[in-house]
Amino acid sequence: MAQNADQNSEIRYLNPPALDVRKKKYCRFKKAGIKYVDYKDPEFLKKFLNEQGKILPRRLTGTSLKFQRKVAQAIKRARSLALLPYVTDLLK
Amino acid sequence: MLKQYETVFIATPVLSEAQMKEAVAKYTKFITDNGGEVVYEEDWGLRQLAYPIQHKASGFYYLIEFKSEPDLVAKLETQYHRDERIVRFLTVAMDKDAVAYAEKRRANKAARKAAAAAAPAAEAEVPAAEEDVEPIEEATEE
Repeated sequence: MAQNADQNSEIRYLNPPALDVRKKKYCRFKKAGIKYVDYKDPEFLKKFLNEQGKILPRRLTGTSLKFQRKVAQAIKRARSLALLPYVTDLLK
Repeated sequence: MLKQYETVFIATPVLSEAQMKEAVAKYTKFITDNGGEVVYEEDWGLRQLAYPIQHKASGFYYLIEFKSEPDLVAKLETQYHRDERIVRFLTVAMDKDAVAYAEKRRANKAARKAAAAAAPAAEAEVPAAEEDVEPIEEATEE
């Protein structure tokens, strides 16, 4: 076995190199069957904001396009009602 | 055709309780007088604002859900604009998912209130912070 590995490559690892098994992201709304994103619940919407209060991209949260639009809309409504800040430091 | 709307307004924190009640009565009356029907009201009380509005750091929030013709919304909003007590408002048309969500939220609130009345001792054990998170979790069970 060790010889085999030697022949194949000159680099040998003590631990087998971690294969790139990223956890598949999923849309939490689709998974949970939530149909409406409420702007009146700032604590929930904070999950989709970064520390400065910016909306996180789909790339990071895994939200589907349909719900990303709804989340964005809800966050903007919450901001206008001063439930969430437009800009800040150290949200959360 | 009647459509369902939801309006939230923020009144200045300088109002007394009676003045606030009077303002609320004014708007509910305005809605019913103009052929609308108030479905639900909710007082959020004095809340801290996330950023200052008109140099104020807090305000009285009040939520009204109502059914009406679409032209009432513009009339209601001109009333808000003219009123010095109102610092901010938002009126949103509700689609069927929003209506379903609102009904669920209301039912949850009522159930929690009933539970709190039935067992005041149990209520003390539950921290108040959990309340806001709960509706979402219950919505997941759909």
